[in-house]
Amino acid sequence: MIISVLSGKGGTGKTTVATNLAWSGSKTAYIDCDVEEPNGFLFLKPAIEQTEKVNVMVPSIDKDSCLACGQCAKWCQFNALAQTKNTLLSFLQLCHGCGLCALVCPEGAITEVPREIGIIEKGQFNNNNEFIHGILKTGEPIAVPVINRIIEKIPELTADFIIVDCPPGSSCAVIAAVEKSNFCLLVTEPTPFGLHDLQIAVNLVRTLNISAGVVINKADSGSEMIRSYCEAEGIPVLMELPFSKGVARTYSTGKLLVQEDLLLRQEFQDLMARLEGVVS
Amino acid sequence: MKMVVTAEGRDLDAPVDPRFGRCEWFISVNSDSMEFDCSANSAVNSSQGAGIQAAQFVVDSQAEALVTGHVGPNAFQVIDASGIKIYDGTGLTVKQAIEHLKNGRLTEIVQAGPAHAGMKRK
Amino acid sequence: MKQVAIVSGKGGTGKTTVCASLANLAENRVIADCDVEAPNLHLLIDSEVLRERDFYGSKLALINPEKCQKCEKCVAVCRFDAIRDFTVDELKCEGCAACVFVCPHQAVSIRNVVTGKTVLSSSSWGKFSHARLNIGADGSGKLVTEVRKNASGYAGDDDIVIIDGSPGIGCVVIASITGCDAVLVVSEPTLSGKHDLIRVLDLAEHFGTKAYACINKYDLNPDITGEITEHCRERNIKVLGCIPFDRQASQAISRGIPVVRIADSAAGTAIRNIWINLKNELQIKTN
Repeated sequence: MIISVLSGKGGTGKTTVATNLAWSGSKTAYIDCDVEEPNGFLFLKPAIEQTEKVNVMVPSIDKDSCLACGQCAKWCQFNALAQTKNTLLSFLQLCHGCGLCALVCPEGAITEVPREIGIIEKGQFNNNNEFIHGILKTGEPIAVPVINRIIEKIPELTADFIIVDCPPGSSCAVIAAVEKSNFCLLVTEPTPFGLHDLQIAVNLVRTLNISAGVVINKADSGSEMIRSYCEAEGIPVLMELPFSKGVARTYSTGKLLVQEDLLLRQEFQDLMARLEGVVS
Repeated sequence: MKMVVTAEGRDLDAPVDPRFGRCEWFISVNSDSMEFDCSANSAVNSSQGAGIQAAQFVVDSQAEALVTGHVGPNAFQVIDASGIKIYDGTGLTVKQAIEHLKNGRLTEIVQAGPAHAGMKRK
Repeated sequence: MKQVAIVSGKGGTGKTTVCASLANLAENRVIADCDVEAPNLHLLIDSEVLRERDFYGSKLALINPEKCQKCEKCVAVCRFDAIRDFTVDELKCEGCAACVFVCPHQAVSIRNVVTGKTVLSSSSWGKFSHARLNIGADGSGKLVTEVRKNASGYAGDDDIVIIDGSPGIGCVVIASITGCDAVLVVSEPTLSGKHDLIRVLDLAEHFGTKAYACINKYDLNPDITGEITEHCRERNIKVLGCIPFDRQASQAISRGIPVVRIADSAAGTAIRNIWINLKNELQIKTN
């Protein structure tokens, strides 16, 4: 069972919910797909056992057989190749790894070679809970291949529940992280910002046809606004995490709420139980 | 000599567009006859690598010189590798820039500027 | 014209609050919301839409069913698993054109696709450029470029363009900060806040953009505030100010105004000082 945790924007408590939830089940795995800013490890403190590089396949040009015909540069939709007077130049950061240049080359002068854009780390937290996250290299523009590689690893996991911490927003990166999920947990805050971003997240899950529930973080008197929106849209509110300076402090030091606060531990266990009910 | 000038308008009186990859127009001029034609820069709408695409246009047009403002590192590499000289025409009209170039009064750009400079100024 | 991007490695650090406040304090400003995936600035700016334009954000393959002979060559060549039942999945297609190349029947073409809208609004603080991106839309780096172009088109020589940047370190952020005179990183004293501040400072350094920092809710964890300050000192990054935790900041959001508009707000006072420091750093003229 794959449960994605997402929010229309960052900083709503997505990672807080995902990590505490992952800690609350006995057979839960935590997968961090927020590869631009992976933060879950700061809270779960996993022991990393395996690291692998994420490569995209990029062209390598055999200068001897290249006749400088320029066909590959003409076909490349990403401007990753340019044909100068005598030589072919490549700009590999722009390459999406589609392989078209190798197909196009009439001389067979292009082969594809791996180029590293990030890494994936696999490990365990809290005695035997599986952990995976990906880290995109600074300055790399394309995150999706790293996310795809993480998602490909999911079938290898033994956990019953897989919590996927998604990137913020509604971009192609989020779609890549979410699309294999059975259920989405949308985290929001009771402010006009939160409501606006929640609407974006709801649109996203509807587009993908995945059912969803809402967690209100920093719940206060403004929560009514979120509750009435959810009621109108027929989306269950599955948990409300109250705002307190204590919670904010616990978070700031990289500790899990469920380790510090018995009441919150119960809340997250209840959420887990509710999810099992909703999903099955 | 055939040259390409980046321009904010479609004729010789237009100001030189200091942006390269995301300039509005390319004016290809024969500096002897002053005949010219104008093409819209299709790279302006590319989501990535605009400078490279624009540079490819200049190379394919078989120009011997390019007059513009800022050229980023990727585009510079493409143009430089084709033996095309780059000149700074900032603040001039296309016509003035060509006259200046003929009289040897334009500064040659021999080094790439910062990346994405086309974002900086209109 | 000066361009300043307000960014945060991580979302929710108060970037938009700081940005709206600076936009309120500045004179001669044009405002750009480049947080195109989760735009919020319009919720704090009283604005009226002047014009909207379709934004063609990506190129995707299109299969003409009349010409398609279902030979499956396109399916075999597609690396993005984007062709199902001889139609193109728009959420997966990257527009690489491999299918166009291999199709023996010329049934596939690449077309431009509308992925959102760019919006230009007028507000009491000047022109406001922003956008709406469709769900799952790609090419948002290009949209950021477009939003910035719309904004800088209205900026005169003495004007300042204030940019609400995207969170993260990917293509949208790169497009938000390149060519800017400065970026102001809004950080918060949490472990993840510090971690992300370092990533975004690396990015600014990578692209040669001058960076400044400020720390929001600094009093929530003085130890980490100290660590962030120390990290900035080591890298020669000036910390332009620290903003205290202030409930009036979230109340301001609920009222739809920037926190500097609340006269006795501690956060507002701190942001006013940040603006004075930033103005000095950038040598922005005051009328």
